Amino acid sequence: MDFQLSDDQRALKAGVRELLEGRFGRDALRAAVDSPSLDRELWRELGEAGFFALRLPEAEGGVGLGLPEAVLAFEEAGRVLLPGPLVATHLAAGSVEGAASGTVVVTDVDESGLVPWLEFADVVRGDASGAVPTSSVDPLTPLHKVPTAVGVPDGAVAALLTAAEQLGSAARTTEMAVQYAGERQQFGQPIGAFQAVKHLCAQMLVRAEVARSAVYAAAVTGDRLEIAGAKLLADDAAVRNARDCLQVHGGMGFTWEADVHLHLKRAWVRAEFGGSAAQAEEELAAAL
Amino acid sequence: MDLTYTEEEEEFRARLREWLGKVLPGLPPKPDPADWPARRRHDAGWQRMLYDAGYAGLHWPVDAGGRGATPTQHLIYLEETERAGAPYVGANFVGLLHAGPTIAAEGTAEQRARWLPPVLCGDEMWCQGFSEPDAGSDLASLRTKAVRDGDEYVVTGSKIWTSHAEVADWCELLVRTEPISAEVPKHRGISWLAMPMDAPGVTIRPLRTLAGSTEFAEMFLDEVRVPVGNRVGDENDGWRVTMVTLSFERGTAFVGEVVACRRTLGQLAAEARKNGRWDDPVIRRKLGRLNAELSALWRLTQWNVSEAQASGGVPGIGGSVFKLRYSHARQELYDTAAEVLGPDSLDLAREWNLDRLSSLSYTIAAGTSQIQQNIVAERILGLPKGR
Ligand SMILES: Cc1cc2nc3c(=O)[nH]c(=O)nc-3n(C[C@H](O)[C@H](O)[C@H](O)COP(=O)(O)OP(=O)(O)OC[C@H]3O[C@@H](n4cnc5c(N)ncnc54)[C@H](O)[C@@H]3O)c2cc1C
Repeated sequence: MDFQLSDDQRALKAGVRELLEGRFGRDALRAAVDSPSLDRELWRELGEAGFFALRLPEAEGGVGLGLPEAVLAFEEAGRVLLPGPLVATHLAAGSVEGAASGTVVVTDVDESGLVPWLEFADVVRGDASGAVPTSSVDPLTPLHKVPTAVGVPDGAVAALLTAAEQLGSAARTTEMAVQYAGERQQFGQPIGAFQAVKHLCAQMLVRAEVARSAVYAAAVTGDRLEIAGAKLLADDAAVRNARDCLQVHGGMGFTWEADVHLHLKRAWVRAEFGGSAAQAEEELAAAL
Repeated sequence: MDLTYTEEEEEFRARLREWLGKVLPGLPPKPDPADWPARRRHDAGWQRMLYDAGYAGLHWPVDAGGRGATPTQHLIYLEETERAGAPYVGANFVGLLHAGPTIAAEGTAEQRARWLPPVLCGDEMWCQGFSEPDAGSDLASLRTKAVRDGDEYVVTGSKIWTSHAEVADWCELLVRTEPISAEVPKHRGISWLAMPMDAPGVTIRPLRTLAGSTEFAEMFLDEVRVPVGNRVGDENDGWRVTMVTLSFERGTAFVGEVVACRRTLGQLAAEARKNGRWDDPVIRRKLGRLNAELSALWRLTQWNVSEAQASGGVPGIGGSVFKLRYSHARQELYDTAAEVLGPDSLDLAREWNLDRLSSLSYTIAAGTSQIQQNIVAERILGLPKGR
């Protein structure tokens, strides 16, 4: 048993981080928030970097890696709040022409009845007839709702990759809170010296690390139940960490200017996708 | 990332499982928790069996009489013994899990030869005399003093919350060998001593816990003479030695219990199905979430152990992350048990109700959750130290 990242996995994670920070840093994020649309060029670059074809066999033109590597890449996407139907396009690689290379954008009808990025996608998997636009809480996830929805066949993998994005966001908001707590001064000292603030930050780290173990392990075993549990814990970590991060930022946290709300809103959206908490809990209970 | 065990590890597991299957059915029943002599006999007996079968001190270094097993083998050992429902380490806790490893790491050859073998075979038991009435979380402000008189220390003061004091032969005792002053800050001037519990001047007054038992005691030390040769580490260097002890106590001591909690969760679900509480979706969903939580804690354990194995030995502060979440999950588990039992949760004769009471100590003992959060925030996240 060697439950640590291998050198190759570490290198992959670092490579994806570097690519995303360079290509979708803070300025790009804020620009995207101001005028939401799908950046086709970025989509193709992701395709060229192998983001969508990561798990496709080499014989079919893919990278030939597995779920653990996909989870590491999606964690990095979650960190920078990379927008777009990433999971759906990744899952369609190999079955939808052009998805693997990022020339075609694919979205899925989620079992919740929500369809993200519908008007920007080239291909929709599932029945989107009767879709009506909703006014999405997340400025970077346009949403439609359909009257009847059937879950996608690879729902468990979708849930796992979504959980990985949640993990990335939870780890990122922890860093944001810690950084702010070390800089912001009140009462003549950094607010991070106050225990009330310190303890919020400590709990954020604990949530992120517990979720990390669950998500990574589920990626290794591929077990349905373990994936359901990992999604549950990662949703919780992303949502609650974003809220705590907002609290640590005080009034600044409540502004549109700070990035915190973007993490929270995306975390809410992702928590709704890939099965509800109630469903996961029932499934995990039934297995006892 | 690999969660499979090697062939060698699986062989080790199979041998252990076979041995447990052979010896456990013949074991005497659990003694009455109030009967300390019986408990001591029971726990010592189990330790002797482990010793004879070659499983004692599995994770101790070979030159300390241990088996030098890898952290992963130790994990397998904890997993299998808990799964099989083998006796808990009980009164051997301090000796095996932190006093012993501390002496192995910091003691002289002579000290190791004197104290380690009897711990391994169950002949001698230890307790921990760290906390004092006025020094709990602020451990370094302890006041029990030791004054040098020839080749002996004369120790005077008092200790509190000393678990298993009534059956211990030895105490890992923290004393002040230099009073706090402008020149000597509180973390200096502390020494780590092995004190014989039968020395004249040691008085023990059992304290009753909220569970009704006498798990711990108050200890009064009135001019107790302890040989200078019983000091582990240098004089006034005891704080450093203490940090070694605490890293063992927090790092590895609770790990195996996650397996026991998972077993309890399964039994809880069975009980709920039997008594009709399963029809309540709120209870079902809680059980489901606990299933995810305890699996994740087990995975976190495997992560921490892999990390310790990679870095070679003493458990890191990742133990604080684990302890924070585990102590909370354990309390949640037994609160849910109470919901499953309904009115029967008020009956102390029913299973789990005593465990529910005991679980209340998990956020306090071995460093409170508040102190662990300080450790995580300051030492892992690098936030400024508070005043
Ligand atoms: C079941 C059990 C067994 C034990 N066994 C042993 C044993 O064998 N040997 C031994 O030496 N000790 C033992 N202890 C003692 C244990 O280590 C202490 O109880 C613990 O460290 C807390 O100290 P305290 O009880 O003095 O509480 P205090 O330190 O008085 O704490 C009271 C409250 O104040 C909070 N607090 C204190 N300081 C801070 C701070 N800086 N920031 C934020 N909050 C703070 C605490 O978190 C707690 O909520 C045992 C305790 C229990 C419950």
